[in-house]
Amino acid sequence: MSTHAATHDHHDHHGPATLADGFGPWAMRWLTTTNHKDIGTLYLVFSLIMFFIGGSFAMVIRAELFQPGLQFVDPMFFNSMTTMHALVMVFGAVMPAFVGLANWMIPMQVGAPDMALPRMNNWSFWILPFAFTLLLSTLFMDGGAPAGGWTLYPPLVLQTGAAFPFAVFAIHLMGLSSIMGAINVIATILNMRAPGMTLLKMPLFVWTWLITAYLLIAVMPVLAGAVTMLLTDKYFHTTFFTAAGGGDPVLFQHIFWFFGHPEVYIMILPAFGVVSEIIPTFARKPLFGYDSMVYAVASIAFLSFIVWAHHMFTVGMPFAGEVFFMFATMLIAVPTGVKVFNWVATMWRGAMTFETPMLFALAFVFLFTIGGFSGLMLAIAPADFQYHDTYFVVAHFHYVLVTGSIFALMAAAYYWLPKWTGNMYHETLGQWHFWLSTIFVNLLFFPQHFLGLAGMPRRIPDYNVQFADWNMVSSLGGFGFGLSQLLFVYILVHTVRGGTGKAGPKPWEGGTALEWELPSPPPYHSWTEPPHVK
Amino acid sequence: MSTVILKGIARIAIVFAALAAGAARADWALNMTEGVTEVSASVYKLHMQIFIVCCVIALVVFGAMIWSIVRHRKSLGVKPATFHDSLEVEIAWTVIPFLILVAMAIPSAQVLIGMEDFRNSQLSIKVTGYQWKWHYDYLDEGVAFFSTLDREHNAARRLGSGVDVTQFPDYLLEVDEPLVVPVGKKIRLLLTAQDVLHAWWVPALGGKKDAIPGYVQEMWFKVDADKAGVYRGQCAELCGRDHGFMPIVVRALPQDEYDAWLAARKPAVVAVSSEPQLFSKDELLAAGEKHYGAFCSACHGGSGEGSAAMSVKPLKGSAIAKGPLAAHLDVVLNGSKANPMMTAWKQLSDAELAAIVTYERNAWGNATGDLVQPADVAAARGK
Repeated sequence: MSTHAATHDHHDHHGPATLADGFGPWAMRWLTTTNHKDIGTLYLVFSLIMFFIGGSFAMVIRAELFQPGLQFVDPMFFNSMTTMHALVMVFGAVMPAFVGLANWMIPMQVGAPDMALPRMNNWSFWILPFAFTLLLSTLFMDGGAPAGGWTLYPPLVLQTGAAFPFAVFAIHLMGLSSIMGAINVIATILNMRAPGMTLLKMPLFVWTWLITAYLLIAVMPVLAGAVTMLLTDKYFHTTFFTAAGGGDPVLFQHIFWFFGHPEVYIMILPAFGVVSEIIPTFARKPLFGYDSMVYAVASIAFLSFIVWAHHMFTVGMPFAGEVFFMFATMLIAVPTGVKVFNWVATMWRGAMTFETPMLFALAFVFLFTIGGFSGLMLAIAPADFQYHDTYFVVAHFHYVLVTGSIFALMAAAYYWLPKWTGNMYHETLGQWHFWLSTIFVNLLFFPQHFLGLAGMPRRIPDYNVQFADWNMVSSLGGFGFGLSQLLFVYILVHTVRGGTGKAGPKPWEGGTALEWELPSPPPYHSWTEPPHVK
Repeated sequence: MSTVILKGIARIAIVFAALAAGAARADWALNMTEGVTEVSASVYKLHMQIFIVCCVIALVVFGAMIWSIVRHRKSLGVKPATFHDSLEVEIAWTVIPFLILVAMAIPSAQVLIGMEDFRNSQLSIKVTGYQWKWHYDYLDEGVAFFSTLDREHNAARRLGSGVDVTQFPDYLLEVDEPLVVPVGKKIRLLLTAQDVLHAWWVPALGGKKDAIPGYVQEMWFKVDADKAGVYRGQCAELCGRDHGFMPIVVRALPQDEYDAWLAARKPAVVAVSSEPQLFSKDELLAAGEKHYGAFCSACHGGSGEGSAAMSVKPLKGSAIAKGPLAAHLDVVLNGSKANPMMTAWKQLSDAELAAIVTYERNAWGNATGDLVQPADVAAARGK
C-alpha cells in the first residue's frame, strides 16, 4: 500500500502516468514516451508477444511433422508457416528484444540520463506494431501469407499473391525501425558516456551493441534495396532477377546474403555481450581478456561482410569463389573460439554460484558452441553440398539462434529483472524454467542433425517413413519447449507484481557495472548527475 | 481426428519402446552414409574428419568448463582468483585453432577440386526442374521424359486421404519413370529450371546443385561399378506448394542392361507421313485425362476445381476453357500474364497438348464439344 502511495506521490511531481490515473493518460504516456526505460519495456513486451506468435507458427510446423502423411494443413499453408515463423522470430522477437535491452541498459551502463535521440527512439519503436500488423494481416489474404521462405528467393517469391506488397512494405518499416534504433545506440555511446568512461572501460554489452549498430546501418538498406527490386520486378515489369529479361535470379541471393550474414551476427553479438556481463558476475572474477573480447567482436563483424556466399555454395559458383568463401568462413572460427575460451577462462578458478541467469549463460556457452561446430562443418564446401538445405542446417541455426540468442535473452531477463522491477523473481521457478527449456530444446533440435545427415530436406511438410522416428522426438521436444515458455510469462508477471521480495540495488554479489550503483527500480530519470568513473 | 490422435499415441509408445530396447533400426539413422560414388565416399571421409576434430575440441573446452563448474564454486568455499589477462594465452588460442583450420582446409580444397572436374564425361543428361516434376533429356540418344511422383503416393499424401502412408517403404521417394544410368560411367548432368529454383539431390551420389531458370549448371557422378541399384533423393530447394513431392529416383544398371533399356526406350522410327495425325474424341479425352493428371492437376485440381490455397481459379466453367479456343491455346503454350505460376507448357508435344486442351474443354461439364487436333496446336505455336 505504501508503495502505491509513494508512486502516486511521485506521479504528482511529473512522474509517468499509471493505470491509476485513468486509461487515457496511461495510454498517452506509453504512446508519447521518450523515456529510454519506457521504450525499453515497450520493445521487450512487444518482442515477447512476437515470440509467442512466431512460436505458435512453429507449433503448427511441428504438429504437421509429428508423423508422416499430411494430417492438419495444406502444403501451401505449411510453407507460409515456415516463412512467417522465420520473419516474425528474426525481425519481431530477437532483434527488438535486443534493442529493448539496449534501451534499458546502455544509458544506465555508460552513465547517461537517456538515449541521445529520445523522440526518434519513440518513433523507431512505434513503427514496429504497424510493420507487424501489415505482415501478420497477410495470413488472412487471398492466396495466404508469403510462402516462399524468409529468404524471399525469386522467382518463387514473385508467385506470392496479394500478400506480396504488404510483406515488402513491412520489411521496409522494420528496416527503418532498426536503422533508427542503431543510429540512436551509436549516438548515445559515442556522445553520452560519463566522464572517465573511456571506450575500453565500457561494459562488453555496450561494446557489442556499438558494433552491432554499425552492422545494422550497413546492411538494412541493402535488404530494403533487394525487396524493392522484387517489388518492381513484380509490378513494374523490371527484370532484375528474371533471366528471360536479362536479369539474374542468383544476383538476388548475393544481395540477400550480403544483408543476411551480417544479420545473423546482429542477432548474436549482443548475446555475446550479455553473456560477457553475466559470467564474471556469477564467477565473482573479472572478465578474462577484455581487450581480446572487443577485438574478437570487431573481427567477427568484419568477417561477416566477406562470407555471405557460403549460404549459396550450391548455386554453382566458380571454383575460386567457392574456395574463397570456404576459407573466409572457416576463419570466423578463430575469433569465435577466442570468445569461448575467454568465457571458460573467466569461470576458471572463480567462485561460481548458479542462479538462473548464470544457468542460462552457461547453457549458452555449451549449446552455442555446438552450433559453432556444426557451422564449421557447414563451412566446408564439399561437405556442404550434402548438408545444404537439409535439417542439418535447420539444427545448426536453431542452436545458434535459440540456444544462442534466445537463451542469452532469457539470461538477460533474469539478470536485470530485479534491477528493472525492484523485485526478486522466484528463483526455484526460474530454475524449473531453465531445466525444462534446456532439456526440451535439445530434444527438439539435436535429432534434427540426424535427420539432415540421413537426407531429409528442410521446408517439406511430409516425409519418407525413414525419418518418422526422429521427427516425432523433435516434435515432442518442440511442444515441451513451447509450453515451458508459459512458465516464463508466469514468472515475469509474478515478479512485476512483487515477486519474492525487494531486490535491493545490487542483488548479485559480483555485479560491477554502473547499473548496480542505481537503486532498484532505478528512478524514472537516472544519472541526471553523471557518475564519475574511476 | 480421434484416430489421428490414437495413432499418434500408439506411435509415441512405439518410439519409447524402441528407444528402451535400443533398437538399431535404420530409421534411427544418425549419420551420413558413404554413398555409392568415389566423390560421396570422399565427402563422407571429410565429414567424419571434421566431426572428429570438433569432438576433440569439444572434449577440451567442455571438459575445462565442467571441471570448473564442479570445482570452482562458491559453495565449496573457493576464494575467486583475480587474474584477468594473459597475452601469451590469447596468442596461443588464436594461433592453434588457426593451424587446425589450415589442416582442415587442405583436404577440403582437394575434394572440391575433384568435384569441379567436369572433363571426360561419358553421358550427358539435361535435367530440367518444373513445379513439381523433373524432366530428363538424354542429349545424344533422343530419349526424353518427365519423372513425376508415383500416382499411389500422390493420392496417399493428400490432406485427409485416410491412407496409412507407412505401408509404402519408399513413401514420397517413388516416381513413375526413374532416371536410368550405367554404372562405372562418368555421367554429366546439365541442370536448369523452367519456372523457379529447384535443386537436384540424391544423397548416395554425393552433393547437390541448384537448377536455376536461365542458367545451365554442371554436376557429375560416377556410380561405382559394383554398386548397381536404385538410389533416391528429392528436390532440395523450396519451389512452392509441392516442393516436398518431387522425388528423384536413379536406377544405376550394369552397362549391358543399360544398353538394353536404352534400345527399348528409344522411340520407334515413325514413317514420315504427309497426312496430319488425327485422333478420335475418345482417344483425345482418354489421353487428355492422363496428361492432365500428370501435368495440370497439381494446381488446377483433380476435377478442375482450382486451389484456394494457391489462388488458382477453377477450370470448371472457366471463361478460358469455355471461351475461344485461340485464347485457351495461347495460355497453355505461352503461360498466363495474369498469374505467373501458370508457366508456358510448349515443351509438351502437339499430341499431348491437343489431348489436354480437348479434355479441359469437355470435362467437368465444360462441354464445348470442341475437338483439338495436334495440327491445331502446331498452328498455334507460331503465333
